[in-house]
Amino acid sequence: MSTYHLNYLEQLEAESIHIFREVAAQFERPALLFSGGKDSITLVQLARKAFAPGKIPFPLVHIDTGHNFPEALEYRDWLANEVGATLIVRKVEDTIKQKKLTEPKGKFASRNWLQTYTLLDTIEEFEFDACIGGARRDEEKARAKERIFSVRDEFGQWDPKLQRPELWNIYNGKIHKGENIRVFPISNWTELDVWNYIRAENIPLPSIYFSHERDVIEHEGQLIAVSPFIRIDESDVIIKKQVRYRTVGDMTCTAAVESFAATLEEVVNEIAVTRISERGETRIDDKVTEAAMEDRKKGGYF
Amino acid sequence: MDILRFITAGSVDDGKSTLIGRLLYDSKSILADHLEAIEKSTKNKENGAIDLALLTDGLRAEREQGITIDVAYRYFSTDKRKFIIADAPGHVQYTRNMITGASNVDLAIVLIDARHGVVEQTRRHSIITSLLGIQHIVVAINKIDLVNYSEDVYDNIVIEYSKLAQKLGLQHITYIPMSALNGDNIVEPSVNTPWFDGKPLLEYLETVEIDNVVNLTDSRFQVQYVLRPQTAELHDYRGYAGKITSGIYKKGDTVKVLPAGIETTIDKIEIAGKEVEEAFAPQSVTMLLSDDIDISRGDAIIKAAEAITPTNEAEVLFCWLDDKPLQKGNKYLLQHNTRSVKAVIKNLSYKIDVNTLDHIEEVEQVKLNEIVKASIKTAAPLVFDAYKDNRSNGAAILIDETSNATVAAVLFQ
Repeated sequence: MSTYHLNYLEQLEAESIHIFREVAAQFERPALLFSGGKDSITLVQLARKAFAPGKIPFPLVHIDTGHNFPEALEYRDWLANEVGATLIVRKVEDTIKQKKLTEPKGKFASRNWLQTYTLLDTIEEFEFDACIGGARRDEEKARAKERIFSVRDEFGQWDPKLQRPELWNIYNGKIHKGENIRVFPISNWTELDVWNYIRAENIPLPSIYFSHERDVIEHEGQLIAVSPFIRIDESDVIIKKQVRYRTVGDMTCTAAVESFAATLEEVVNEIAVTRISERGETRIDDKVTEAAMEDRKKGGYF
Repeated sequence: MDILRFITAGSVDDGKSTLIGRLLYDSKSILADHLEAIEKSTKNKENGAIDLALLTDGLRAEREQGITIDVAYRYFSTDKRKFIIADAPGHVQYTRNMITGASNVDLAIVLIDARHGVVEQTRRHSIITSLLGIQHIVVAINKIDLVNYSEDVYDNIVIEYSKLAQKLGLQHITYIPMSALNGDNIVEPSVNTPWFDGKPLLEYLETVEIDNVVNLTDSRFQVQYVLRPQTAELHDYRGYAGKITSGIYKKGDTVKVLPAGIETTIDKIEIAGKEVEEAFAPQSVTMLLSDDIDISRGDAIIKAAEAITPTNEAEVLFCWLDDKPLQKGNKYLLQHNTRSVKAVIKNLSYKIDVNTLDHIEEVEQVKLNEIVKASIKTAAPLVFDAYKDNRSNGAAILIDETSNATVAAVLFQ
């Protein structure tokens, strides 16, 4: 074997950096959609590397549902400052007021779907022509079908039956006015690849990814953090558990995992042997129908 | 550990999605909740066994029709390798999606239904496989259980496919009789085919040596993006960011900037802002040059000693990917990695008949999925290689600037 050989993480990194640079070169107003979760944190790390020694040449955009973990928001502000990027925050709360949207009801009333309205408004407000997201193809079967450069029409919609051919590493970012492209630089990474990369690069993460004590209720086998955003019923029993989060979404729709893993090493070891998928273990919102994600993506979701 | 990227191709109903489902299932790569979900879906159907194809058909329309429309990517790993599978559609009308999946792989699994033998889609997909320079092919003779595990049937298909392979110049072909549905010869050797002494599919995939995928001989680099931080401390910094398409570059190399033809030397090579002595394909790097030259996106930086001349006329094979046929004389945008130039297709010399592989000399019209030999003229010179010599520098796409659609896959000859 020659010494001119990249291991798999180096291959994935090189591919992602290439995609980031392609976005910067082909578009006038790109943005990186930042959630505070590990996938978008990995995106920021890759973007830093792609444009070093310069700064990331586009803003970080956070669509804030108002239901975030405080630790994730704290981390978001710290990271934007650390990398010297512009941070744009747009709140779902404001969209709900302006557009007189109906707040979802129920025990775990999630604003997840409403984010799409705020996202599309934000794209229009700043005239973003490319939005970079941290979706991975291994996450979910609608995502498994998506191109790296994915065209959205002027209503933000994805047409999965009519995707552009995407050949070799040649990316066609041509669009008409009003359309935009969603770009997914870590399409080919798996959850474990992301964790291995975070460990290899020693990337700091929000504290909720590591074991901590938290008040939770148990609901259909999942542990949900007690917060002002969920309805606690009389039948609910609040218990203290040692937990960590495997994904970071809204407090209303992200479940915790019981764990004592307190270091990156321990977390990665646990993820490597788990038999349940990331979304299956931690997301309450994907279970509704078999095509839940496909429908949300068609409507303009991340 | 390395990554093996492969595609599954073949006609509709040959069992591609079932094969992938089986591979994931038997290698224990399906997570418990995903399995539970498909078990639930299967129960809505009539027969009892788990429908493994449900694992890959991700779109509602696909599940409704029981077909694959677009490529689905799947990921799994064993102790030996990581795998990225492109599960491609079998229908003729979705061939362009199959090409999307095939353009980035090292190996193709071509499925053949043992009852039907080599059919039109086998030929079409094999042609595409050979055009795209995929070196390794597994011919999966599937549904062998439906022909009573017959060695004769297997032998006849091997003979039939060998003829096709010879005509196409395909090398490194491995034949495996299997039943994706029952798991014969997928992970474990099957007791039903004692006459077969080859490896089961997974073992083959874990051990096949993939070489020559990355060309380390010819130095090719295209500027993707010019890095100019313009801060106080980096005031004069001007880095040429891009992916090394092929070959190896070292600090101090004498290079020429093409198509301008200006010589200079590499002052520094950086990866993620850190200086390195040398870099190689497919690394994403930043080059800093000794002289201040006008260089922009799409320009090539090539070692001075390389014999390569920019040219604006080329012989190409192309596959048409758009519903709207090629408009003769129209100007399209040709994108060769990061370089985009206006181009026009001239002199359509022949079309390939996918059934007979014959050349049809009269080319009246070029329609969706047709493969044509032609010459192409570009508004500015390109620095390319023949696809067969250097895959990563020998391909391009055509874009219709009025619809922005990617309308053709172009292979330089």
